[in-house]
Amino acid sequence: MDRRLIIEHIPRLRRYARALVGDRYVADDLVQDTLERAWNKFYLWRPGSDLRAWLFTIMHNVFVNQARRRRYEIEQAMDELPAVAVRATQGEQLELEDVDRVLRSLSVDQREVVLLVAVEQLTYEQVSRTLDIPIGTVMSRLSRARERMRQLLGGHGVMPLKVVK
Amino acid sequence: MKPVAEAELHAYVDGGLSEGAKAEIEAWLRAHPEDAEKMRAYAEQNALLRSLYDQVLDEPVPAALLAVHPRGWRRYSAAAVIFALGLGLGWLVRGEFITPQVVPVSFARQAATAHVVYAPEVRHPVEVAANDEEHLVGWLSKRLGTTLKAPKLAPLGYELVGGRLLSGLQGPVAQFMYQDGRGQRLTLYISKQRGEPRDTAFRFSQEDRVSVFYWVDGDYGYALSGEVKRDQLLQVAEVVYKQLNP
Repeated sequence: MDRRLIIEHIPRLRRYARALVGDRYVADDLVQDTLERAWNKFYLWRPGSDLRAWLFTIMHNVFVNQARRRRYEIEQAMDELPAVAVRATQGEQLELEDVDRVLRSLSVDQREVVLLVAVEQLTYEQVSRTLDIPIGTVMSRLSRARERMRQLLGGHGVMPLKVVK
Repeated sequence: MKPVAEAELHAYVDGGLSEGAKAEIEAWLRAHPEDAEKMRAYAEQNALLRSLYDQVLDEPVPAALLAVHPRGWRRYSAAAVIFALGLGLGWLVRGEFITPQVVPVSFARQAATAHVVYAPEVRHPVEVAANDEEHLVGWLSKRLGTTLKAPKLAPLGYELVGGRLLSGLQGPVAQFMYQDGRGQRLTLYISKQRGEPRDTAFRFSQEDRVSVFYWVDGDYGYALSGEVKRDQLLQVAEVVYKQLNP
C-alpha cells in the first residue's frame, strides 16, 4: 500500500473539511478521523477508481456519523445563527465573510452539495456517488442552496451588498 | 426556442456542457435576462467560495495528519518503539552498577518515549495550553520544586503549544511542547536528577526516529526531542540552553 497515494489528497480533504465545518481544528480532526478510516479500509478501494471521490465519501460518512452521534459544536453554533444575517458591506474581504456566513446558514445537506460542486469541482455524477443520493436530489439541493445564497447575498454580486431584513 | 431544463443551466455555470449545448444555453440566457442574472450570481458564488477556501491548499499540512497510519500498524509501531526503549532502559538499569553515565542516557530515552507518545496527538497534545502560559509555568515549577521557564523559540519559528506534567523515573517531569508553521513539534523534557548537582555538556542521542539533545544543569536534566535533523535540533538546543542560563 502506497502512503503517498492518500497523502497527496490531504490538502484537498483539508479544504473541504474547513469549508464544511468552518473551524480549523474541528476540520483537521475530521480529516484525521477520515484518514484513519481510509487506512483501515484501504483494501476496499479498487485501484484505478477515483481515490479522491472515495476519500470524500469516507469524509462524508465520518462527518454525518459524528454529527448524528454527538453533534459538532459548530453545528450548534450554526443553529444559533439567525437565518438571515447579512450586513451591508463593502470591499472584498467583508464580502467573503458574508459568503462564509451564508454558507454556514445552509443545511448540511445543501452545504455539502454546493461545496463539492463549487469548490471541489466534482461532476454531478461524482457528487451523487460520493453522497450516495440520486442525481435528482443533487440537482434539487444545489438549486435550493444557490437560490438561498443568492437571496441572502442580495443577488448583486460585486455591488455593495444590500441589507436583507 | 425550446425551454431549457434547470439542470442544464447549473451545468452551464459549472462548466459541464459541450460547446453545442453551451451555445444553446447562451442563446436562452440572452432572451431571458432574469435567468441570466441568476446564473451570473451562481457563477460568482463559485468564484467567491473558491477564493475563500483555496488558500487551505497552500497551508502546510500538519505533521500530525501526515503521521496517520493504519490503526493497527500505528498501535503496533508505538508499542514497538516503547518496547524497544524499555528493553534498552532495562539493559541500562542493569548497567547502572557499572557506569555512572546511566542516568543521562536513560533520561534521553524517557524523553524520546514521552515525545513519541504526545507529539502526534491532535486533540490533546498538552494539558495546559500556551494561552495560559503563566499558570502552566507556575504549576509545573511548583510540582518540580524549582523555578521553570518556557524558553521563547519564536525567533526559530517554534511557538509554545503548552505543556503537561508527566511521571518519570525520578519523579515529576515537566514537558513543554513547541510547534513550527509546518506542524513539526519539539518537546522539552525537564526532570530532577538523582545524586549530586553537576553540569554536563550537550549529549546527543538518536532514539529511533527521534533526535534528542540532553544535558544536566545542577539538579535538573533537560532533554530536547524532535523528529528533526541533528543540526537543526542542536541550533534550538543551544538557544534553549542560553535562555535558561542567561
